[in-house]
Amino acid sequence: MTLLETTSAAVISTQSVSRKPRRWGTRLGWSVTIGAILAFLYVPIAVLVLFSFNTSRSLSWPMEGLTLDWYRKLAGNEQLIEAVGNSFYVATCSTILTLVIGVPAALALDRLSFSGKGAFRKLVLLPIALPGIITGISMLILFRMVGFTLSLETVIIGHATALLAVVVTQVYARLQRLPRSYEEASADLGASGLQTFFFVTLPNIRSAVIGAGLLSFTLSFDEIPVTFFLTGRDNTLPMYIWSTMRRGLTPEINAVGALIVAFSAVLIVLSVILMRDKPGAR
Amino acid sequence: MTAGVVKRARLRQFLVLSPPLLWTVLFMFVPYAILVVYSFWRAQFPLAVPDFQFGNYIEIFTDPQYLNVLLRTAKIAGLVSLLSLLLAFPYAYFLVFKVRKPGLRLTLYMAVVAPLWVSYLLRAYTWKTILGTEGLLNSFLMSTGILSEPSSVFLYNQTAMIITLTYVFIPFMVMPIYAALEKIPPSLIEASGDLGEGALATLAKITIPLAMPGIVAGFTMTFCLSFGDFISPILVGGPDGLMIANVIAAQFGAALNWPLGSALALVMLVIVLGIITASDRFERLGQARLS
Repeated sequence: MTLLETTSAAVISTQSVSRKPRRWGTRLGWSVTIGAILAFLYVPIAVLVLFSFNTSRSLSWPMEGLTLDWYRKLAGNEQLIEAVGNSFYVATCSTILTLVIGVPAALALDRLSFSGKGAFRKLVLLPIALPGIITGISMLILFRMVGFTLSLETVIIGHATALLAVVVTQVYARLQRLPRSYEEASADLGASGLQTFFFVTLPNIRSAVIGAGLLSFTLSFDEIPVTFFLTGRDNTLPMYIWSTMRRGLTPEINAVGALIVAFSAVLIVLSVILMRDKPGAR
Repeated sequence: MTAGVVKRARLRQFLVLSPPLLWTVLFMFVPYAILVVYSFWRAQFPLAVPDFQFGNYIEIFTDPQYLNVLLRTAKIAGLVSLLSLLLAFPYAYFLVFKVRKPGLRLTLYMAVVAPLWVSYLLRAYTWKTILGTEGLLNSFLMSTGILSEPSSVFLYNQTAMIITLTYVFIPFMVMPIYAALEKIPPSLIEASGDLGEGALATLAKITIPLAMPGIVAGFTMTFCLSFGDFISPILVGGPDGLMIANVIAAQFGAALNWPLGSALALVMLVIVLGIITASDRFERLGQARLS
């Protein structure tokens, strides 16, 4: 899968394409097509946010009036607040874990040669296209056999495993663009392997590591298929929302949704700023 | 190189490699292996007993309900990929070849990728509120006079699922197609025009063939992701909308037949791996032909 490798490069590179003069009609045609696709992408999100301000309990159009009541309700919802806390705990731990395992894995894939490397690569990258349900149930059976009680910690292990592929592909793509001469020079100048890693390699792949970390955090925060099978009594935020949805739809869910949209927007802006290569950095 | 240096290099290699290796063996290889073993077990109260029998697989391949669900899942995943392609290709094409300003191009690209950061569950949920009897679509159609009373035909069927899954997974189609189109040298397209080919002929003979690796990667990704989904079917799918992942999840829940669930999961795994391998082959073939 070259998918994640190519996307980060695609965001950054910008090439100009020369064109022939176009007719007015084709221009209109393009505008309508692109506008329709953007509407398909954003009308549902707008609807989600808009309904969170609805005075009525039902989610029917037209809205009856505007209110902030649903947000006030959220502030007093202890289960929800606990779920948010759980999600922060799970996402933080699994992101740290997946970086601690994923960065060395990417280094090993790029810089080392060892027997079984092909199999190792396949295994590590598998979850990127593998339905989460397979990771979820296979780990559920393992934990059951070993006699682990399901908890937020088993969820963390599951997330770290499922997200490993994301970190490895992003960091690996950056490592491939990093000339080996840097590390060789560092070693020639007498630096130890650890010194080279922390003072030469890591600063050069920093933006990829931060980007991969942010992405894993978001994905873990939002994860359902693995969490569904591995969680015990404690709920993460998506699992809490899922269980409320099955009880009935209220604008309260939309209010949570609107807050998540706002939070995601902040993260996106943050990641675009952080991922942007500084001039001079490779 | 002295023996000491070699030894230290070995040690370093070992230290770099062992955490990820240990983790992948313990939490990926072992669970997958257990899944295989478990699929030959027999369900028995309270859960399952060790055995080596093919009953679970025989049940899957002889009971038509499982084959039907598999075929339905493949059909829905295929239609989702196709619809995503039909929307994503023009969009990516426009971005690469028609947008002149790099800033606008980045913004439009991010506009497609950004929804990935918004909760998957909520993106599926919002379609439930749009397509429902009291939802936006019904109200809109009634206000324009197309419908006289709210209709329930929009929600709880396969069409609703295809729309929802397309909405959720379309970024995975746009990203690789965009990357593939961006690699095409504009001079090739100009040359085709200079040689008298029309815009459509250029598209069919130059652009699409060269974008094929991206199209195949996107198709593979959206297909596999839709194939394994079990959230959207519950939210917007109807009685005829259950997919294979729902059947698997049920075996680990109410139906309580873990061995059968494991066997079903392995069938799913083989199908998904088969598709990934085929798409990998194709990509390599394409690269060999181009170079």
